[in-house]
Amino acid sequence: VRFAFTEEQLLFQQALAELLAKECPAEALAVAWRSEDGRVPGLWGKLAEMGVLGLLVPEAHGGLGLDELDVVLLLQEAGRAAAPEPLLESAAVATPLLRELGGALAARWLPRLASGEAIAVAGLESTPLVAGAPEADLLLLERGGELHALERAQVRLVPQPSVDGGRRLAEVHWEPTAGTRVVAGPRARELAAAAFERGALGAAAQLIGLGRAMLDLTVEYARKRHQFGQPIGSFQAVKHHLASAHLKLELARPLVYHASYSFVHDWPTRARDVSTAKAQVSDAAQLCARVALQCHGAIGYSYEYPLHLWLKRTWALARAWGDAAWHRARVARLLLDG
Amino acid sequence: VDLSYTPQEERFRAEARAWLEANVPRDLPPLDSAEGFPLHVEWERKLFADRWAVVSWPRAYGGREASVIEWLIFEEEYYRAGGPQRATQNGIFLLAPTVFEFGTPEQKDRILPAMAAAEVLWCQGWSEPGAGSDLASLTSRAERVESGWRLYGQKTWCTRGVFSDRLFGLFRSDSASQRHRGLTYFLVDLHAPGVTVRPVDKLDGECGFAEVFFDGAFVPDSDVLGGVGRGWEVAMAATGSERGLTLRSPGRFLAAVTRLVELCRRQRAGADERLRERVVQAWMDAEAYRVFTLEAVSRIAQGEPMGPESSLMKVHWSELDVALHETALDLLGPLAELAPAAPAAVERGAWLRGYQFALAGPIYAGTNEIQRNLIAERILGLPRK
Repeated sequence: VRFAFTEEQLLFQQALAELLAKECPAEALAVAWRSEDGRVPGLWGKLAEMGVLGLLVPEAHGGLGLDELDVVLLLQEAGRAAAPEPLLESAAVATPLLRELGGALAARWLPRLASGEAIAVAGLESTPLVAGAPEADLLLLERGGELHALERAQVRLVPQPSVDGGRRLAEVHWEPTAGTRVVAGPRARELAAAAFERGALGAAAQLIGLGRAMLDLTVEYARKRHQFGQPIGSFQAVKHHLASAHLKLELARPLVYHASYSFVHDWPTRARDVSTAKAQVSDAAQLCARVALQCHGAIGYSYEYPLHLWLKRTWALARAWGDAAWHRARVARLLLDG
Repeated sequence: VDLSYTPQEERFRAEARAWLEANVPRDLPPLDSAEGFPLHVEWERKLFADRWAVVSWPRAYGGREASVIEWLIFEEEYYRAGGPQRATQNGIFLLAPTVFEFGTPEQKDRILPAMAAAEVLWCQGWSEPGAGSDLASLTSRAERVESGWRLYGQKTWCTRGVFSDRLFGLFRSDSASQRHRGLTYFLVDLHAPGVTVRPVDKLDGECGFAEVFFDGAFVPDSDVLGGVGRGWEVAMAATGSERGLTLRSPGRFLAAVTRLVELCRRQRAGADERLRERVVQAWMDAEAYRVFTLEAVSRIAQGEPMGPESSLMKVHWSELDVALHETALDLLGPLAELAPAAPAAVERGAWLRGYQFALAGPIYAGTNEIQRNLIAERILGLPRK
C-alpha cells in the first residue's frame, strides 16, 4: 500500500493550479458568467497546451495516454478554481468513452479533442440535461441501450440556463438512426455505466476542490473580520462550524482517490466505491457551502462577493451524476440486498 | 497510488486470521466487571505468549516488529474475529508510545514487557475533580523527598483503576508553578501505602472507573518519565495516539458496521428506507475512516508525523460509533431496551452495551468540543483569542 500520488502527478496538479490562478481568477469568472458562452477566452487552448485535455487520449492519438487516477488531482484544481469550462464533460467523460469505443470515430476525434480543437460531451439516459452540450462539436448519446454519435448539426439543443453561469446545460433533441449508432447490446450498457461513473468521480473530484476553496476563503475572512473587538474566527461557534466542515471534507477526500483506483483496476467493489465517494463528497461539499455562507454573513450573500460562484457550482455538481441520496440508495442495494 | 497489499502483508493477514479464529474466546462477561476482567487478562496472556499482543513492538519486548500497515491488518482481523476489548489497552496504546519516546533503557526494559504480558496493568490519571477539559488546571502535587517524591491529591475517571496495578499521570512538582509549567509525569504503584482506590460505576452500572486518592504515596526517581518539570510536553507528545488510530483503529468499526449490516439484512422486511439509509451512512463512514487511515499511514510510513490530524480521526470515529449504535437500537425497536439477561435480548444485549460504550467516545480522550477547537486552531489556523 502506497496511498500517495507521485511526484509527477503532484507537479502536474501544481502547474494546473498556477495556470488557473493566473488565467481564471474570480474576476475572470465573474466576466465569464455574464458572457454569451460562459467561458474564459483562451483558457481552453492553454489547457490543451498543458496536456490536460489529452490526458486520457492515447499517445498514438496525440494525448498523454494516462488514466483516471491521473485526472483526479487536476479536476480537483478545476473545482478549486470553479473553472467554467466543460473540462469534466469533455476531457474526463466523453474522451475516455471515445477511447473505449475505438475505431474510426475515435481516430477521427481524439486528436482534435487532445488539441482543444473540438469538444465532446456524453448524454446518458440518466442525465437528461447535458452540461457542455452548447459548446460541443460531438455528442455521444445513449438511448434504448445503444450509444450513438452525432455532430452538433445533427441535434437540436434547447438551452436550460443553470444557476451556475459557468455551466451551460441543454436538452438534446435527436433521432437515432443506423448511421448514428456506434454500439449496442451489453457492451453499450457497460460503456454507458463506465461513463456515468467517470462523471460521478470527476464531479466528486471537483467538489473536493470547491469545498476546499470555500473553506480557505472563509478561514481567511474569519481571521480578518472583527466584531466585538476580535476576529470572528476566534469565536468557538465559528470555529466549530469550520472544523466540522473541514472534517467532513477531509474524511471524504481520500474516498475519491480510492474509488478512482478501484475504477482503474476494475475492482469487484467498483460501483460501491464510486457511489460511496460521490455520496460522501457531495454531502461534505454542501456542508462546506452552507458553513462558508453562514460564517461570511451578509457579505457572502451578496452577488458582488465571489463566494456565490463556488456555492452555485457546488449546488450543481453535488447533484450532477447522481446526488448523495441516489448513490446511497445504490450502496444500499449492493450492501443490503445482494 | 498503490492500494494493493504485498504478498508479505497477505501472509501476515492469513496467519493472524488463522490464529485468531482458532483462539478468540467467545462470550466473555464485560471487561469492566469482577467476573469478566480476569478472563480478559487471561486472554491477554495468551495473545502475548504467541506474540500477538503488541505486533508492532520490537521483538525484545514481545512484539513481531510489524509495519504500521500490518498493525492495521491485525486490528481488522482482531475485530473481524470478534476479539474482546483489550484489558491492556491503556498501557499498550496510551502509555507505551510515551515510554518508547521518553523512557530510559531501564524503564523500557522494566515496563514494556510486563505491560504487554498483562503482568502489570495500567490505568491513566489525568482528570481531577476540578480539572477535566482544562487539564492544565490540575492541582495534585508531588513533594521532593530523599531519592523520590511524595504525592498528594486526587485523580478521577481512572478507567479500570480498580483492576489496575499502576497509574500514569501528571502531578504538579513545582508548587510555585502555574498551568502547563512545573508538571511532572509520574508512574505510580497503586498498591503502595498512601494510595486509596475507590470504585466508581459508569453509565452501564459496571465498575469501569476509579477515583484515586494520594496521601503521601512515595514514588522513586526511577518512576519519573521524561524528566522533572517536563510533564506537559511528555504527556502531549502521545495524545495523538490516544485520539487517533492506535486507540480506535478502523478495524473495530468495520467489524461493528458489518454486524449492523447483518442485523439490517435479517430484518429486511421490517427495515424502512430511512433506517436502511442510516445503515448505509454508518457503513460509508466506517469505510471513510478506513480509507482516510490508509492515506495517513502512508504518510507516517514516509516519515511524516501524525500531527493534529488525530483530532479529525477522534471526532469522526466517536460520532460514527454513536450513530452506528443508535441505528442498531432503532432497528431493534422495542427489543432495544432489553438488558443482557432478558431472554428475548438480541445478541445478549450487545448493541445496548455497545451504545453505552460508544456514548463515552465524544467525551474521553479530549472532548469533541476541544478537538474541534484544535482542528480550527492547529489545522485551519484560526486565532486562539
